[in-house]
Amino acid sequence: MDDIITLSVGGGGRGFQNFLNSLILKELGNPILNNLGDSSYITIDGEIAFTTDSFVVEPEFFPGGDIGKLTVCGTCNDLAVSGAIPMYLSLSFIISEGYSMEDLKKIVKSIKQTSEEIGIKIVCGDTKVIPRNGNPQVFINSAGIGKVIKRLNDYKSIKVGDRVIITSDIGRHGISMMLVREGIDAVVESDCCLLYEVIKVLDYNYIHFVRDATRGGVAAVLNEIVLMGGLGFEIEESTIPIEDRVKYYCEFFGYDPLHIPNEGVAVIILDKDYADDALDLIRETKYGKKAAIVGEVVEKNRVILNTSIGGKRYVEMPLGEILPRIC
Amino acid sequence: MNLMNRFRDKQKVTALLKKIEEIVKPEKDYSIMEICGTHTVAISRWGLRGLLPKNIRLISGPGCPVCVTSQGEIDIIFDLLNKHDVTIAVYGDLMRVPNSNGENLLHLRGKGKKILIINSVVELIRIADKNPEEDFVFVSIGFETTTPQTAFLIKEAEKKGIKNLSVLLFNKTMPEILNLLLADENLAINGFIAPGHVSTVTGVELYQGIIRQNRAAVITGFEPVEILEGVMEIIKQVNTNNFTVGNCYKRVVSGKKNIKAYELMYDVFESFDAVWRGIGLIRNSGLKIRVKYEDFDAMLKYNLKAYSYNERAGCKCGEVLKGYIKPMDCPLFGSFCTYENPYGPCMVSSEGTCAAYYLYGGIDG
Repeated sequence: MDDIITLSVGGGGRGFQNFLNSLILKELGNPILNNLGDSSYITIDGEIAFTTDSFVVEPEFFPGGDIGKLTVCGTCNDLAVSGAIPMYLSLSFIISEGYSMEDLKKIVKSIKQTSEEIGIKIVCGDTKVIPRNGNPQVFINSAGIGKVIKRLNDYKSIKVGDRVIITSDIGRHGISMMLVREGIDAVVESDCCLLYEVIKVLDYNYIHFVRDATRGGVAAVLNEIVLMGGLGFEIEESTIPIEDRVKYYCEFFGYDPLHIPNEGVAVIILDKDYADDALDLIRETKYGKKAAIVGEVVEKNRVILNTSIGGKRYVEMPLGEILPRIC
Repeated sequence: MNLMNRFRDKQKVTALLKKIEEIVKPEKDYSIMEICGTHTVAISRWGLRGLLPKNIRLISGPGCPVCVTSQGEIDIIFDLLNKHDVTIAVYGDLMRVPNSNGENLLHLRGKGKKILIINSVVELIRIADKNPEEDFVFVSIGFETTTPQTAFLIKEAEKKGIKNLSVLLFNKTMPEILNLLLADENLAINGFIAPGHVSTVTGVELYQGIIRQNRAAVITGFEPVEILEGVMEIIKQVNTNNFTVGNCYKRVVSGKKNIKAYELMYDVFESFDAVWRGIGLIRNSGLKIRVKYEDFDAMLKYNLKAYSYNERAGCKCGEVLKGYIKPMDCPLFGSFCTYENPYGPCMVSSEGTCAAYYLYGGIDG
């Protein structure tokens, strides 16, 4: 194989066959994918959850992960928080010519490793190569299918008095990326991980709602629920798990940690009588050691934060872009 | 982190609140203005207003530099981008400020205009030096805290022979606006929380005029414990009618004027009559680039001028900035003017008074 991606890989000819056999099938192959039909055939009993997501992260390698790991985690997490067991993934690469084959191999290996961890199969895919415009880039789109255990994104299931669990410390992914992009000589590892490992240990009967706190962070999740569900939250700032160094970088740049994106944090809303047991179970999982109960559902349809010094303020929906403050 | 946590300690906050309650005279009203936008944000972010006794009123003043930048000046930035092939560099707060047509820099970036968000001017020197074929303009907005950095940028660019960099200078200075506030007969303020970082440059001298009018001026930091210490000091001074410039931010502010920063600033800049949003023209309250550095003046380089200083109709930001009304007393607040879609300048910057009230809530009034 060439050491860079060329247009011939996307051309469907011998170059493509070579690429497919020596990389994609070698690393990700399974009986369904190996068939190489125009579609794959799969069978699932009962209700399925179906989701899609595109990954354009730059840089594609960052502390704690890469675009491959992020693709599998991100798509599986959308299924997991919807109450489904992640089962099948599609994988579409859009790569600019000139992209390093070695880097692409690393990405594919990372996809393999993450999908094996959760036991999901990649059953169909596509690769397109586009003319280079500036630095060569790689984008990945993935769709995922899961078997539904219980629907966990019904706003109407949320009741006053329900407890709110955050499954891990917040802000690590966003701050990790920010440090890399700004060229700051410090490393915070992204929290990118498979949330299914955390959620599957719970008794779904007592869970009312789950969402992963990606773009817009925990603040966006809570405000979306307020907007759609009509109830509100009262959150205790002092209980929100966050690493000191993440807090420090947020202070330094003038960001609110509640607005910072995560890739390994879910907000779980569940029955108050089950909250303590659930917390114990989550904390025993690999990715839930720092989980905490941070607040509860209230009547008033706003997100109220009891600040760590005893004051009160509203938490608003973050805007699209996080902008650093001047002074 | 320990340094930070010390000033956010709940026990210390509770103890300070108790002391404040003890010394507050119930028959008296205490109106305290925080001048600096960062104080406004901190007060709202920690929910401090609601923790203080009811007869202590915290009023937000004119200390958000983006908020007081006039519409005419903002429109110049858009004019520059629309007419010239340049890359502008800004601090993040400027991205959402609307021009007269309601368009902001995020829109312009979407249309392919080149806009860099920087955290420090040092970054920009490096970028301009590395890309000699591109022209860069730094949009400089700020008070004494950030003005020396802009002066440094120009001096460094000159020293390094960087020709592809110029500055759109809209910086303003504090003394003149303070004097204007103090000259206002309707101003019912007992004490000022003086801006912590501006004071590192200006020293305590800036606040002598406040003291002479028998009002308190206390410099303090931006953490909850520090702000409450500042409030307590103001209450003590008001109670005893004995006014001196207080400094509760000694870990940062020495009290002396920063001669080096001033020399740098006034070597590169000179005073200039500036128009403040919501307030109008204030003599010598702004800065312009001196003739000897005119090669770095983007106004000259690109032949720019302000067409109009008219503000958008109905906006009460001027009254908010002077502390006459609270943000929610403005009929536009929360309806025609929101953080998502700001109408007036105080809603635009995250440290604007209206934005702080909107984002962190009127829970505590």
